[in-house]
Amino acid sequence: MSTGSHAGDAGDTSTHHGHEGHGATQYVHDEGGAAHGTLKGYLTGFVLSVVLTAIPFWLVMARPIESATTTAMIVIVFAVTQIVVHMIYFLHMDSRSEGGWTVMALIFTVVLVGITVSGSLWVMYHLNTNMMPMNMMEMPEGGAMESTGTEPDAGQSGGAMPGMDHGAHGG
Amino acid sequence: MLGFWIYLMSDCLIFAVLFATYGVLSGNYAAGPGPHDLFELPLVALNTTMLLLSSITYGFAMIGMQHDRQKQVMVWLAITGLFGLAFLGIEIYEFAHLIMEGATPQRSGFLSAFFTLVGTHGLHVTFGLIWLVVLLVQIQQRGLIADNRRRLMCLSMFWHFLDVVWIGVFTFVYLLGVLR
Repeated sequence: MSTGSHAGDAGDTSTHHGHEGHGATQYVHDEGGAAHGTLKGYLTGFVLSVVLTAIPFWLVMARPIESATTTAMIVIVFAVTQIVVHMIYFLHMDSRSEGGWTVMALIFTVVLVGITVSGSLWVMYHLNTNMMPMNMMEMPEGGAMESTGTEPDAGQSGGAMPGMDHGAHGG
Repeated sequence: MLGFWIYLMSDCLIFAVLFATYGVLSGNYAAGPGPHDLFELPLVALNTTMLLLSSITYGFAMIGMQHDRQKQVMVWLAITGLFGLAFLGIEIYEFAHLIMEGATPQRSGFLSAFFTLVGTHGLHVTFGLIWLVVLLVQIQQRGLIADNRRRLMCLSMFWHFLDVVWIGVFTFVYLLGVLR
């Protein structure tokens, strides 16, 4: 029980140096970023993780729910829950550790991860939709009409006088 | 410890970018095989079990450290390492199987993104294992001194962090992939 003895030492000296200041430094230096886990904590986290892993695997492998969308939503909810369980029971996330900086860093990262992932998917989805040149539905639009009008022309004059063609396009 | 946490957060961003890449490319099969043809969920379930077990055994090592029991720490660390090795072995078997079937990273955008994301995670586990072996030697030589305690806590965070990333991998790559 080294932590216990350390805490005891801190408590003894703190009567001379003032309780709050010493307690705070002892917390920052000794406990560090992770509060110590207990056997009960680890076992609770493990049992929860097993349940939260087994159910989504069962949902996908046995398919008790017909709808793929519903199944996907439930699976994602289980994953998010399990990540929170791991954060609490295994990584010992605590809003007070390191004076709150670990949680600040975590919030910052979660925001960046959210922007990166959702932003990429959003932009690329629209890029895919907008960059579909083979789509006949878009042909009657202004740009498409113009290109269909000039292309045979460019092909003809391009064969005869390439210089003229370039000049015409430039003007 | 805060410094190591910030490293983990930056690592988190690397995985976020790889997940985003996978999300964008996961439908680009290039007329090749898709997740439904390739992924074997029982194998993934076994792999997930290995990683979960290694998480709890690392927890037992940390409890041993709190009680100053060096032998307990080393035994549980070694067991953690074996589960990690089993995880890697299964992953390498899976990759080799895919490549033998012709599902190489060059086959399609989906497979490039898949191998990059899952491979990066596997590489992290590999380095975690090397670190674990080094730490075992350090504890053997110096015992549970303050430096080794700090190292044990850092590796603990690293190891559990990899387990958190794996939750994302098995959910978004394997389970949702097969659902598609």
